[in-house]
Amino acid sequence: MLPANLRTLAAVGREVELHVDGVVTQRLLLDALEAEYPALRGTVRDPITKRRRAMLRFFACEDDLSDEPIDAPLPDAVAKGREPYLIVGAIAGG
Amino acid sequence: MAKVRLLIGTRKGAFLLTSDERRKSWKVDGPHFAGWEVYHVNGSPADPNRLYAAQSRGWFGQVVQRSDDGGQTWQAVGNEFHYEGTPGTHKWYDNTDHPYEFARVWHLEPSLADPDTVYAGVEDASLFRSTDGGKAWEELPALRNHPSSPSWNPGAGGLCLHTIILDSTHPERIITAISSAGAFRSDDTGKSWRPINQGLRSEYIPDPDAEIGHCVHSIAMHPSRPDVLFMQKHWDVMRSDNAGDKWHEISGDLPTDFGFAIDVHAHEPETVYVVPITSDSDHFVPDGKLRVYRSRTGGNEWEALTKGLPQQDCYVNVLRDAMAVDSLDSCGVYFGTTGGQVYASADAGDSWMPIVRDLPSVLSVEVQTLA
Repeated sequence: MLPANLRTLAAVGREVELHVDGVVTQRLLLDALEAEYPALRGTVRDPITKRRRAMLRFFACEDDLSDEPIDAPLPDAVAKGREPYLIVGAIAGG
Repeated sequence: MAKVRLLIGTRKGAFLLTSDERRKSWKVDGPHFAGWEVYHVNGSPADPNRLYAAQSRGWFGQVVQRSDDGGQTWQAVGNEFHYEGTPGTHKWYDNTDHPYEFARVWHLEPSLADPDTVYAGVEDASLFRSTDGGKAWEELPALRNHPSSPSWNPGAGGLCLHTIILDSTHPERIITAISSAGAFRSDDTGKSWRPINQGLRSEYIPDPDAEIGHCVHSIAMHPSRPDVLFMQKHWDVMRSDNAGDKWHEISGDLPTDFGFAIDVHAHEPETVYVVPITSDSDHFVPDGKLRVYRSRTGGNEWEALTKGLPQQDCYVNVLRDAMAVDSLDSCGVYFGTTGGQVYASADAGDSWMPIVRDLPSVLSVEVQTLA
C-alpha cells in the first residue's frame, strides 16, 4: 500500500500487487516494487545507500517493521498476499 | 502566430501556462506532479518540446521528470546524484563541519545545443550533468573540490547551487552561483573553477570584501553581451562588464536593494529588471506595493513599474528563479509570487496583468517563445 504522492508518481492505485520469488523479505519486496514501477526508484529508499527514507515507515500485520532487519522474512500473511505491506509517510501538519 | 509557454514550479506542483503572441488570454494546465515541490522546470533551447522538471519532497527525495512533447506527458528519469569520491565537509550554521549530503535539485539548465545534455545545480552545492536526457547524472566535481569549499556556509535556504549560466559564444564557459559562497566561473567546461566575487561587499560577513562567503541570489546575462552580468545579491544589485572578474554596485535609486530575482530585456541589453524586497528579515515587497523596477541604463537609474500590479496591502515575495523574459518583438516579462500569482507584461513592463492568481507559492518561472 502506497502513500498518495507515490501513487501519483507511479500512476497506480492505493494498492499494488507484487510477485516475489522465494522467501519474501522487505529488501526483495522493495526491489520488486522498484523493478515494476521504475518511477519509484529512490523515493522509498535512498537511491545510493538503499536506506529507508527517514520520514517513511513500513508497517504490516499491525507491527512497525521500519527498523527490522531488511533481510528478515516478512510475516506469512504478507508473503501470501492476505495482509498488505504498508509504506506510510510520517504525518505532517499540526 | 508565435506562442508563449510559461513553465511554473510551485510548492505543490508544476503548471504550464500558454498563450498566443498577444499574451492576453492564457490556458492554465496543471498541476503536474501534484503535491510535490517543483523547484524548477526548464526547456531545451535546442528542442522546445524537451522539458525537464525537478520534483522533490522531504518524504520521498528527488525525482527528475522529462517531457518530449512540450509537457503533455512526462516520464521520471534518473535521480541518482552521487558525489564523486569522498564528499568532504562544508560549514554548518553553527560553524561546525558538516558532511556534504545531497538534498535536492534547485536548478536545471539544458544545454544550448543538445537537448539530451542538461546541467543540475543541487543542494548541497555541486554541479551535475546528464548527457542522456536525464537518465544518468555525473558530478562535475571540480567546483565542490575547490579549495574554498570546506568554508562554504549555507544560506537560509540551504547550501544550494541555484544559478547556471551557459554562453553560446564561449561554449566552455559556465557561470554558477551558490548561496552563500558566491559566484564561480569555469572556462573549461567545469574542469576548473575560480571565484568571481571581486567587488562584492557584504556587511554581514566578518570580512566584507572576502573572496568567498557572499550570498549571491541570482545572476542574469544577455546572450548578445556575455561579458556583462547583472547580479541580485542578498543586499546590493551589482554589475560586471568582464564576466565577473570585477563587480560594481548599480543599486542607485532603488527603494531597497535587497531582493532575489533579476533579468535582462530580450532585445535591450542595458534594460534590467529587479523586484526589490523590504529586507533580509522582511521577505515581502516594501510598503505593501508590488513594484518591478526597470533600469534602461544598465543600472543606477531605476523606474517603478506599477500599472496593473497591486499597490496596497500586498506582502508577497518573488524568489530568485521566479522571473523570466520572452523573446517576442515586444518583450514579455513574467514573474511569480509566493502568494501564487503569476503576472505578465507584454510591453516590457509598462503594464501588467495577472495570468493566474491562486496557484501554490511560486518557486520558479521560465518562458519559452515558440514559433
